[in-house]
Amino acid sequence: MSESNASATRITPGNALRPEDIAAADLRPSADVAEYALRLGDDSLILSQRLGWWISRAPELEEDVALGNIALDLIGHARSFLSYAGHGLDKTEDDLAYFRREPEFRCAHLFVQPNGDFARTIARQLVVSHYQFELYSRLMHSTDATLAAIAAKAVKEVDYHRDHSSQWVLRLALGTDESRRRMIAGLKLTWPYVEELFVDDQLIDTLGEAAVRPSTLRAPFDSLISALFAEADLDIPAVPGAVGGGRAGKHSEHLGYLLAEMQVLAREHPGATW
Amino acid sequence: MATAPAVDQMPAESATETEEERAGREQFERLISEDSRIEPRDWMPEAYRKTLARQISQHAHSEIIGMQPEANWISRAPSLKRKAILMAKVQDEAGHGLYLYSAAETLGTPRDKMTEDLIAGKARYSSIFNYPAVTWADMGAIGWLVDGAAIANQVPLCRASYGPYGRAMVRICKEESFHQRQGFEILLELANGTPAQKEMAQDAVNRWYAPSLMMFGPPDDDSPNSKQSMAWNIKRFSNDELRSRFVGMMVEQVKVLGLTLPDDQIRFDEDTQQWEHAPLDWNEFKEVLAGRGPCNAQRMERRREAHEDGAWVREAAAAYADKRATAAQQKAA
Amino acid sequence: MTGGSTTGDDGSAAPAPAAPEKRQPWPLWEVFVRSSRGLSHVHAGSLHAPDAEMAVRNARDLYTRRNEGVSLWVVPASSIITSDPDAKGQFFESPQGKDYRHATYYTKSDGVKHL
Repeated sequence: MSESNASATRITPGNALRPEDIAAADLRPSADVAEYALRLGDDSLILSQRLGWWISRAPELEEDVALGNIALDLIGHARSFLSYAGHGLDKTEDDLAYFRREPEFRCAHLFVQPNGDFARTIARQLVVSHYQFELYSRLMHSTDATLAAIAAKAVKEVDYHRDHSSQWVLRLALGTDESRRRMIAGLKLTWPYVEELFVDDQLIDTLGEAAVRPSTLRAPFDSLISALFAEADLDIPAVPGAVGGGRAGKHSEHLGYLLAEMQVLAREHPGATW
Repeated sequence: MATAPAVDQMPAESATETEEERAGREQFERLISEDSRIEPRDWMPEAYRKTLARQISQHAHSEIIGMQPEANWISRAPSLKRKAILMAKVQDEAGHGLYLYSAAETLGTPRDKMTEDLIAGKARYSSIFNYPAVTWADMGAIGWLVDGAAIANQVPLCRASYGPYGRAMVRICKEESFHQRQGFEILLELANGTPAQKEMAQDAVNRWYAPSLMMFGPPDDDSPNSKQSMAWNIKRFSNDELRSRFVGMMVEQVKVLGLTLPDDQIRFDEDTQQWEHAPLDWNEFKEVLAGRGPCNAQRMERRREAHEDGAWVREAAAAYADKRATAAQQKAA
Repeated sequence: MTGGSTTGDDGSAAPAPAAPEKRQPWPLWEVFVRSSRGLSHVHAGSLHAPDAEMAVRNARDLYTRRNEGVSLWVVPASSIITSDPDAKGQFFESPQGKDYRHATYYTKSDGVKHL
């Protein structure tokens, strides 16, 4: 990537921060900050795992490349957050990704939702990219310098993800009858998991200015989505929100399969390096 | 290097050649003999166009089908760093397929037609991708041996006489330099790892060695098209020359890995100045080429499925573009 | 299907495809990349996209994965007008033999400094 001036010990927003820099730095996040970083890292890790499936299966070759770029951005964010969390938990990014059990993961339910067809994947991307943009554009001002630095790099990337998903929502919603039907169906399957993203809890209270309060992101999220939906002639799906719990390790049926596949090789060879 | 004029080998053009065709042919022959480049709108013999269209589209198909054995391991890559590298690599292959389809399109065949030929089973791709990638070490062996062989083949193609092909190859070779290295690094880590890891690495090298040597194509005395391709400056070295050079490189590199090549007949022949290797099983090659490889059906099915499942998306985007264009026209009117 | 240069920077009109498809495929776009400020956009290759917005995004994803650019142009391949290659002779003949347009023509001043 860039000439990485991102010094291992001086982490400041604006540098093109690499996960390796975070891993190598001498950082001591508190237990609470580490827990928060796990949430953010797990969200991106799990979604990246989902998106990786599309590479070699996308509707057009150009889209294989586009979704590949997004998956690569997300795994980069995940590695940074997990490496940072690892400093507080005395673990590496790979310990955290490959050797935690299902209830130890902290991702919200949205991120593990199945890919479905392209419309369902785009619906999930729409929500995630808009949520993450609002989140990171505030987290870059966190009182925690490392979280701020990771967010400052990530926000520019998810801004592009936001654009990618919006462009596709317009095309699918206003393209053909079939694409419109599929787009609406995809949104309907996705929307029950939106609410969980914006729930505050004890940890957020404790972290104060180091974290971003999820509930504060809801209004800007809604207003951007409403504007896009107006252009795309779509309605917010009238579906009840699902009970969340991902942040506390309560997951849907999907996560177990995803982890089984992701972790199988690493667990066959505990202690090995790759 | 100016090769002998290709005139003798060129199929005689029709007797009723027009003045214009004759001028075009003379210019083509002059450009080839000067080792210059042919560009899309230049006159070219029909056989030259066909040869290139076939070769470039096969090359493009190989990149696209070649994504599959590696994509198979993205979800199970054993570390996050390796997962990111593998995703970037498989994604690059989609990009390389795109560059090559673009080059092939300059010869007059639209990409859609090439894709349809592929999924209808009418087009070929490199047989190597019909072997299964069954362990993680295969990611190493594919990078080191398969990409290594591909690079050895491709570097001379950067000077191919057809401009768009050469330019696509320049870009691809530049980007692929990391592909072989990451494969080598995977094997090196495994070879220096636990006994089980080392065994996995050796097993993968054993399985991919012979198929990677066959990637250079049949032996020279059984390669009917090679001569013409060399006369046209598409191909610069013979299959056996490239294969021998590759064996010479691998035999040194495998020592660094602390592994062995499954071939006890490798030696440098001082007389011919060529690396010799054990005979290859060309019957197997022909079987795989004829569609009886372990994964032929699976690879084709996967490509077909992706293309067909994506049809509604491509149509939606095209319909949206049409609607927008129509709306803009009405507004302007 | 629109015209057809791609990696070919000297022509846009490839021979017409044999049989028209029943669906109109995404048109072809030519991509030009400015590698850094102060330099021109240079032809990088081509791609398919349904419209201009997606073309410029696909170009970003395909042609700038390794920091290759700071700016992109995309142009419908069918919009590129090419000098007729069959007329190459007369089209590019005039400058031949007009060596006096080049500094190297003026040898008498060799060795004079700052000239």
